[in-house]
Amino acid sequence: MSSTERRAIAPYLFFLPALVLFLTFSVYPFYLLTHTSLFEWDGISLAKSFVGFSNYWNVLAHDPVFWTSFSQAGYITLLALTLQNALALLLAIAVNRRLAGGTFYRTVFFLPPILSEIVVGLVWFWIYDGNFGILNEALTHLGLSDFARAWLADRNTALTAVAIIHMWKGFGWGFVIFLAGLQTIPEQLYEAARVDGAGAWLRFRHITLPLLVPVCVVVSILTILGTMQIFALIIATTGGGPGYHTEVPITRIFHSMLGTSRFGYACAQGIVFGLILLVFSLVQMRFQRRAV
Amino acid sequence: MTGTVVIALQRLRQQAAQSAWHLVCLPVAATCLFPLVWMVSSSLKTQRTVFTDYSLIPAVPHVENYARAWTQGRFGLYFLNSLGYTALIVTGVVACSALAAYAFSRFTFRGSGFFYKLLLSTMLIPIPGAFVALYILLNQMGLIDQGSGHWLARVGYILPQINGGLAFGIFILKPFFDGIPKELEESAEVDGCGVLGVFCHIMLPLAKPALGVVALLTSLAAWNEFLLAYLVFSRHELMPLQRGLLAFHGAHLTEYPLLMAGMVISILPIVAIYLVMQRTIIQGITAGAVKG
Repeated sequence: MSSTERRAIAPYLFFLPALVLFLTFSVYPFYLLTHTSLFEWDGISLAKSFVGFSNYWNVLAHDPVFWTSFSQAGYITLLALTLQNALALLLAIAVNRRLAGGTFYRTVFFLPPILSEIVVGLVWFWIYDGNFGILNEALTHLGLSDFARAWLADRNTALTAVAIIHMWKGFGWGFVIFLAGLQTIPEQLYEAARVDGAGAWLRFRHITLPLLVPVCVVVSILTILGTMQIFALIIATTGGGPGYHTEVPITRIFHSMLGTSRFGYACAQGIVFGLILLVFSLVQMRFQRRAV
Repeated sequence: MTGTVVIALQRLRQQAAQSAWHLVCLPVAATCLFPLVWMVSSSLKTQRTVFTDYSLIPAVPHVENYARAWTQGRFGLYFLNSLGYTALIVTGVVACSALAAYAFSRFTFRGSGFFYKLLLSTMLIPIPGAFVALYILLNQMGLIDQGSGHWLARVGYILPQINGGLAFGIFILKPFFDGIPKELEESAEVDGCGVLGVFCHIMLPLAKPALGVVALLTSLAAWNEFLLAYLVFSRHELMPLQRGLLAFHGAHLTEYPLLMAGMVISILPIVAIYLVMQRTIIQGITAGAVKG
């Protein structure tokens, strides 16, 4: 083979391993997903029966638990978007002011994000435990034993308790992204504003916030996508209980697939859910373009 | 006279502002660290003292818990499994994405633009039902752990994760290759180096920093992976740490000292790597977010 021929096929050979993996584990499953969603199938038997869009119709119209799970993930997402990201921004602003110990804070705030959801979930499972939990122990010591309860098993507190774990684990992500965003804002802007007599609030309102809009949008999208698809943390803490009170879309899809062996239905649930998430991120990207 | 008073007042104000920011940051840092400290502390207590002794530094540290967790708790097994999976996944991702990124960077071949965009879009477009299709596919290929084929399930666990890391790897590596001047390769080719030789002896060594970022972030993701492990494995011999922790917790609900020892074992490598390489890790994570 001549060297020019070799040069001609080289790029294909370089790309081949990635292409084979990508076609097998991304493209083909995507086809499988849409194809299977049109069938009634238990995942084992050779016979699948074609049911058209009835799986989709059942997701949309006859699955209140799925939509409950959706709104519960939405509740956690709403808390994460507001409380978690506000905290992340506040801490990023603090560390960005060349605060003494800034490196220490940065190291510590990003510790929870590098831990797995299972580890985080199991530690907090114990903190929240009704009988042996240290949260109840602390409350008792403070004379607040009336408030002690099995936080993750109580239908009134379980979802919020899970949301708190999720936010504890997640705020460090927003923090480092906000911090990187803040560091791209040139110091001269602040100096010029200071010379013009702008106070701290005005500088924040008219320099920091507008320049941070793109970063805010990115953080919001990541927060929404990450939180709506919460799964391992639920498995490690409540498993969706008590009752359906901490079920989220991914646990429902899992249940359809391996709990009740309705593979086609699980695929339809996944697609409906994915489309909703896609719409959310597209709307936000639109919003970003308009704001800039 | 008034000048010094003004300066002293300014300094006082600055110090007050610093203290105020510390007042915000310190409690948050404490809540980040406490669960970890609690984990280590409890891992050194006995089954009898763990629910009554709330001291952070136990009077008699029971280090033997770690030996018991390693053998009886099977965390040694899970640890070695995680180590093997992570090593293979990182090798696969780095190799395949470096080859593909080089092809995308240096050659325009049929479909290169299309596949590049398609690959990167998988980082943005959520497909929450993908795991259902992946399960069906792995099942068809006999790569799910169902009593037969001991090592096949390991393959079923590794390959999808190599695919999963490709987009990020190419996203980081292609711009890096773009930035390396072409003259280097041309002169090497004049010296009789083939395309593969140029790639291995010139490009890869130059790309070490970027390859390091990909390897680091891929290893964190692989070490903490749970969902696929939950789908694929049912036998303890095959499980990685995250799956093993959940299995242990399910079987020994309140054996907290051993569970905590297992968790410390599971987080030790990533916390160590994080503390040494945190700058690289955080840069890699924020690179996409702030640029995009």
